[in-house]
Parts: sequence; structure tokens; C-alpha cells
Amino acid sequence: MKRWLIILVAALSVAPAAAIDTGKAFDDPELQARYEKLISEVRCLKCQNQSIKDSNVFLAADLRREIRRLIAEGKTDPEIVDFLVTRYGEFALYRPRTSGKTLILWIAPFLLVLFGGFALYRVVRHRMSLPIDDAGSEGGTE
Amino acid sequence: MIPEIGQFAMILALSLAICQGVLPLLGAHRNDAAMMGIARTAATGQFLFVAVAFGCLTYAFVTDDFSVLYVANHSQLSLPTVYKVSAVWGAHEGSLLMWILILAAWTLAVARFSSGLPEAFAARVIGVLGLLSIGFLLFAILTSNPFDRLVPAAADGADLNPLLQDPGLAIHPPLLYIGYVGFSVAFAFAIAAMLSGDLDRRWAKWTRPWTTLAWLFLTLGIALGSWWAYYELGWGGWWFWDPVENASFMPWLIGTALIHSLAVTERRGLFKSWTLLLAITAFSLSLLGTFLVRSGIIVSVHAFATDPTRGFFILGFLAVVVLGALILYAWRAPSMDSEVGFGLLSRETFLLLNNVLLVVATALVLIGTLAPLVIELLDGSKISIGPPWFEVAFLVPTLPLVLLLGVGMHTAWRTQNAKSWLGVLRIPAIIALVIGFVVPLLFYGRSSLLLVVGCGAAFWIIATSVILPLRSIRREKGSTGITRSHLGMSIAHLGMGLFVLGVTVVSAFSIETDRAMQPGQTLEVGGYEFELRELRDVQGANYSAIEAVVEIRDDGEVVGELRPQKRQYLVQKNWMTEAGIDASWNKDLFVALGDQLGNGAWSVRIQYKPLIRFIWLGALVMALGGLISVSDRRYRLRASKAAEAAPAVAESA
Amino acid sequence: MVRYIAPLVVVILLIGFLVIGLTRGDPRALPSPFIGKPAPQFELPTLKDPEVRIGSTNLEGKFSLINVWATWCAGCRQEHGFLLDLAAENNIPIYGINWRDTRPKALQWIAQLGDPYVASGYDETGRVGIDWGVYGAPESFLVSGDGIVLHKHLGPLSRETWEQDFLPLIEGGGASR
Repeated sequence: MKRWLIILVAALSVAPAAAIDTGKAFDDPELQARYEKLISEVRCLKCQNQSIKDSNVFLAADLRREIRRLIAEGKTDPEIVDFLVTRYGEFALYRPRTSGKTLILWIAPFLLVLFGGFALYRVVRHRMSLPIDDAGSEGGTE
Repeated sequence: MIPEIGQFAMILALSLAICQGVLPLLGAHRNDAAMMGIARTAATGQFLFVAVAFGCLTYAFVTDDFSVLYVANHSQLSLPTVYKVSAVWGAHEGSLLMWILILAAWTLAVARFSSGLPEAFAARVIGVLGLLSIGFLLFAILTSNPFDRLVPAAADGADLNPLLQDPGLAIHPPLLYIGYVGFSVAFAFAIAAMLSGDLDRRWAKWTRPWTTLAWLFLTLGIALGSWWAYYELGWGGWWFWDPVENASFMPWLIGTALIHSLAVTERRGLFKSWTLLLAITAFSLSLLGTFLVRSGIIVSVHAFATDPTRGFFILGFLAVVVLGALILYAWRAPSMDSEVGFGLLSRETFLLLNNVLLVVATALVLIGTLAPLVIELLDGSKISIGPPWFEVAFLVPTLPLVLLLGVGMHTAWRTQNAKSWLGVLRIPAIIALVIGFVVPLLFYGRSSLLLVVGCGAAFWIIATSVILPLRSIRREKGSTGITRSHLGMSIAHLGMGLFVLGVTVVSAFSIETDRAMQPGQTLEVGGYEFELRELRDVQGANYSAIEAVVEIRDDGEVVGELRPQKRQYLVQKNWMTEAGIDASWNKDLFVALGDQLGNGAWSVRIQYKPLIRFIWLGALVMALGGLISVSDRRYRLRASKAAEAAPAVAESA
Repeated sequence: MVRYIAPLVVVILLIGFLVIGLTRGDPRALPSPFIGKPAPQFELPTLKDPEVRIGSTNLEGKFSLINVWATWCAGCRQEHGFLLDLAAENNIPIYGINWRDTRPKALQWIAQLGDPYVASGYDETGRVGIDWGVYGAPESFLVSGDGIVLHKHLGPLSRETWEQDFLPLIEGGGASR
């Protein structure tokens, strides 16, 4: 099965430029799902902020073709990502890879919520200690 | 001739803005009634002249005056007239003029509807708005003049970007700007309060309708942009976390927090300095958004093609405005807060929680948008932060927010009895849980934890939102029913529930397929059959296209026909994809042509999108709620009220 | 008091970053990940004679300029004159990679406008372009004798760019000519 795919893709790779990406999906839904997820997370470097999934330009089509080929060759997702990063740098990925500085990015949401929660706790505790009575309400029932 | 009138009008507007900005503020400081009185007149005059300038530019477009550089760059003889008009705001210079016009319009509205405000306060508000107008008018006149001439005049123009030749895109910027710019009013109210050193619950009451009005327009503007992106270019996507999209979303998030914070300040006189900070931040984010779009500093489909000089000007202006406001804040805010308390279980606590979560969400969006720039400046490495990060990060504060959304409305001020509170909420909670479980399984055949949470949260919000309106309908005769303010709040929250439902269902259950198709072929997607019947050539006003006729069948029965096109515009020669969409209340069927593959085959993208309309319906309902809220009678101030308030204000400044 | 000054500090920092950001030029310009690293291995049929192949082996032992070009690329037309001049000076061999083009058109271009290249590889599918991290023609790479990529230039080459960015690297690299 895999060999058949490789032959097919290889045959298509030398086809004239107009028929580069035939859009023939992988028969294996899992492979197809991987393909679709990958192409939605790769930046089209020629474009003004679009993924290669959404872009019409030929570079996007070429990159889709390469990813399709790599999946068909049995490469894992990290290997495919490495392929792209070696050639285009981290900028090509919409999902920042976890490294020293991007780790902060991935933890940031939780850190901020914790910080906010802590601030909230301080304020509410302080207000709970204050007298609740205040001048009669003016300006509406809300 | 007309363009010169327009240019002259802008200069006159600037001089009026200077009067409007400087004199009333001085007058308020010195308690000089004559100087303060200039405010309204100057504001009216400024608006009139900006309107004249805008009219001149529109005239130049409609009459195909290609001796004006801006018109030559963005219009074309064969452009349909309606798009000649929308082309006025289709690029940097014209949209900037529109920004100035909208700012002048808001100022005029404040001048017109502020008879109930103390004179010094109104003078300060209009004065601050005048200072803002000065900045923008200077920017336009000095660096971005839409009336620059092209000599010799062009025979025909370079055409409006085909992407913008669309009704949705025509209205999107005006709506968005009305919202963006509208937050300047809340900002001006905040500055005025800080200048006088006087901030009380009445201030919050005055500020609220203006903020809500700006907020609802921003809601509509963002929703329209999302809807447009969906049918025009998103290939079925409706939000891409593009830097410019984020730039409009951040003021919206803070604006929402501000509306809720104002509620607390109005009712209990609490969190005054916090509300001030939010008001400053909302408009600052609007300015930041303008900067990001027009400076060329980020990569985006939305970015106007422009140069760094303009970027420096806007940044300078932003720095002056925001830093000035924050210095005032650091000086005045510490003396403002009151020492009034509330219990743990209280509306105040929940509104605070709302604010915390919204501010965290905003901070995350800001970080995601600017971090690539900061990282690049720090160590030279370029990374991208896109939807994969945003979607996860954004969910962290918003999931709890969505779950708690229904609760605050039904919690009393100061302190709430836990038992009666649970009593009110118990039934909606059960309904929500049950429906949350059932809907995914029943309608779409499968479920997951995230789905149950999402659907459950959506129905929880919907159920809790209808309690107050329902209760008022069932009341005995002779009771007061529900105030517009409360009704508006309920409806706005209901809209949010619809939005959450749409997002949850479409994210979980949409199906998307890219396939090569030949005429005569049928593809099955989402339970429907799509047959590509034929491909043919068609001609439009200023484009030629290849059109596919796609027939949709449900179990053999024809339920629709779509005509997706691949258009090539005559002048700019770009290829545009016009998707065919079969829309109904509970789903969209979406077909778009990709590339020609040879042998008569085309790559076709077919999508099944359940409940996607709920996303924009939810936004619409939210805006409606805001509108109803604003129309509440208690916001209509009459001169008599101002007379009562006069003694209290006399000691200001 | 801190909480009233904090927003001010945050904004000042932010504005500082934005100022620096404004001065840095095109936000889309991608630095090549190959700078300082071995050039990607490649092998292509030549444009003129499909039987002859050129590739990484041709680059060994001397500085080379790899120029990615195509007939549909306006910038390539712009820089062509300079490339011809550079080739005439005989200082550095220029190898072309004809990227995503059609052979007849490319041959016609060379015939009509002149051929500055020692040889051009015909990259019809764009595979080699991707291997070099190409995303927009024209792009030019300076490769040392040991096969290390020293510099990448995006956009048309000009005399100024050559003198400012490329020459110093060639001269600094010593006698591996």
C-alpha cells in the first residue's frame, strides 16, 4: 500500500508544473488527518499571513506536495516539522515548538490566570473586611 | 478644484480642532464660561469641515478624478459605483479621513447629548476629544493627505483591490471604526474626571451608555469582518488570529470588562481607579491597533501598505496620549478609591472575576501578537505564533468565564444568600447539563468532554439569560416589569450563549474535504452528495470567471445548487475565489474551487459547517442587547438634573 | 502605589519595543537558516542539456554565487544586467537555479538577454528550491569553497549590495578562490 503510494507520488512529481497537487487524499484517514493538520499549521512564506492550506500560491502547493510525500514515506510529524524548520526556520510554523523561550509562551496562560486569581483573592478578602453599608442607592436598580 | 476644497477643509477642521481642544480645557481650569462655551460650537464646526473634506474625496472617486493620486491608486473606470464609494476608505489615507470623520461625529454627539452634564465636565470631555482630533488631523495633513495630486493625471486607475469589492467589506470598516473610535469617548470621560479630581457614581452613569454604544458597534464590525472572511477568503475559517484581527479584538475584550466595571462603580462607587484604567486601556488598544495596521511592523493580510515614517508619527501620538493619561492616572487615582465592602458571594465578586478573566484573555492576545516581534528584537530569531497557540491559550481564561457567565446576573449586590442563589440557579444548571450531554449525541452522533462542557456552557448561559425576562413576563399586572437595562443585559448574554454554541458545534463537527473533481463526478460530504455538473465561462462588470455548477442532493433529492467561481479581475489580474454557500439556520454547505489540474479536473474544497451562523447571530444578538440597554430611560439626562448636580461640581477644578 | 505606576512602566517598555521594531525593516524578510552551515545537497539537470547534471559537487573548492531565477520573476529581469557584468568580471562563478519555470521560455530568456551562468540547473518541480529554503525569486546565495553558505540575499542583486554584503565575505575568506 505504502509502496504504491510512493510510486504514485513519485510519478506525479515529474508531471508538468500545472498538475502539481492533484488533491488526491490519502486513503488512510489517519494519514489524511495528519496531513490536514500539518498543512494548517505551516505558514505560507510568500503570503501575508496564511497557512499553506489556505493559500493559492504555488509555493504553498509545493510545500503541500512535499509534506504529502514525506507522510507517504512514513516520516513522523516531528521529522516533517524538522524538514521544514531546517529549510525555512521556526518562522514557518504557526505552532511554536517548545524550547526555552517558547516554553514561557505555553505556560503564560496558566501563569496569568493564577496571577489574576491571586489578585482577585487579595481584593475580595480586603473588601470582605470592610463595612458593607454605604449611602442609599442612586441611579437604578442595577 | 474640489480636491483643493477638501484639503482646505481639512486645514480649517484642524484649526477648529485646536480651538476645541485647547480653549475648553483652559476654560474648565479657570472656570471661564465663555471659553467653555466654545466647546460645542467648535465641535460642530470641526465636524462640518471634516464632512466637507470627506464629501470632496467621495466626489473625486465618484467622478473618476484620476488627477488625485489616491483615487488613481484605488479606483477604476469600470468599478461599480457602489465600490467607488467604498473605495474612499479602502486604503490608508481615505480610511484615516474616515477615522477623523467618525471621531468628529462622536464628538458632535457628545456635544449634542450632554446638556445634562455639568458645564466644566462637558467642556473637558469635548476638549480632550478635540486634542485627539488635532493629532489625527495633523497626521493626515502632514503624512497622509488623500488629496495629493497626480500630475499628469492617469487615464485610468489601478483598481480597488478585488478583495474589497464586496458589500460586506464595504461596511466592515465604518462599523469597526465607529466602535474603535467610540472608546475615545469613555477615554475622554476618564481624563475629564481625572483632571477635575472628581469621580463619583454619576460619572459612571454618564460614561456607561457611551461605552456600550461604542462596544456594540465594535461587536458588529468584528462579526462582519469574520463573516466576510468566511465567505470570501477564509476557505471556511472564520477567525485566524491575524495580528490585525487581534488588534480589533483586544479593545472589544477590555470594552466588555469596562462595561461590567462601570456597573460596579455606578451601583456602589467601587473600583473607580480600576474603571479609569480600563477606560484608558480600551482606547489605548484602539490606538495600538491603528498603529499595528498602518506602520508596516507586522505581517498581515489586513496591513495597509505604508511606510515607517507614518509608523513613527502614530507611535509618537500614541505615546503622548497613553503616557499622558497614565501619568494623570498615577497622580489622581490613588485618592479616588472608596472604602466600601462586599461579601464573598456577591455580584461585585463575580464582576471582578469577569474583569480578571477578560484582562487575562486580552493580555494573552497581546502577548501572542507582539511576542514574535519582541523575541526577534531580543535574539534575532523569527518565530510565528498562530492559531495553534492562540486557540489553546485563549481557552484557558475564557472557559471559566463562559461557565460563570450566567451566575453574576442572579447574584445580589453586597451579599447574597447562598441558599436562595442555588435555588435560582439549580434548574438552569440541570437543564444545561442534560442538554449539553444530549445535543451532541442526538444531532451529531458523538460526544466528548470538551463538547459536553461547550454545549453545556452554551445552554447554561442561554438558560440563565432568559430567567429575568421570563420572570417579568409572568409577573402580576401592576408590577414594573423589566427595565431596558436589564433586558438588554439578558439579551446580550443570550447572544453570548448562542455564540458559544455555534463555536463549539462548528469546531467539533465541521467536515472539510479537498478533492480533485471532474464534471459529472459526485462526492459525499457530511451526509450530502455534491455533483459537479459543469464548468463554464462567465463575465462580470470588471472580471471574467470560470464558474462551476454544483448540485447538492440529500438522499437522492435535490436540495440546492451552488455556483462557485474563480474570478480574474481585468486590471489587477489577481485570481479570486468566490465560494458557493448554501446557508440555513442550522448549517452551511460550502463549495470552493481550488486550482485547475489539467484534463478538465479541478481541485474542489467542500465543507459541511453545522451551526456556523450562530456565531454571527450570537454577535448580532449581543449588539442588540447593547442597543436595548443604551436606550434605557435613566440615561436620558435632562437639564434639571444638571442644575441639581451643580453645587456638587462647583468645587471641581 | 506600585499598582498605579505599573501600567506606566509596562507601556513605556512596550513603546520602546515598538520603536525598535519600526526601525528593523521588512517584517517578512526571513534570515536563511543555512547561514554558517553546509549548503544543501542537490543535483539537477542543466537547463541547456538535460543529460548533463550539476549539483553540490560543482561548488567545491571555490566561492560560488547561486542565483535562483525564473522568467516570470520581475526582479530577476531587474538584476540580470548586473549579473552579466559580474560574470564578465570573472571573479566568481555564477550558478543558476531556474525555479518553477518552463524550459523553452527559460532558454529563450537566456538566448535573448544573455547568459551570466556557468550553468543553470532546471528545477521544474521546485523541490530543490524548497531544499534551499527559497520562497521568492530572485534569491542569491554566497557559498564558500568548503560548501558553507556565507550569505543569502533576497530580491534583485545590485552593485551596491554586492560590494556591501558579498565582497567583504569573499575577501575576508582568504585565498580559497
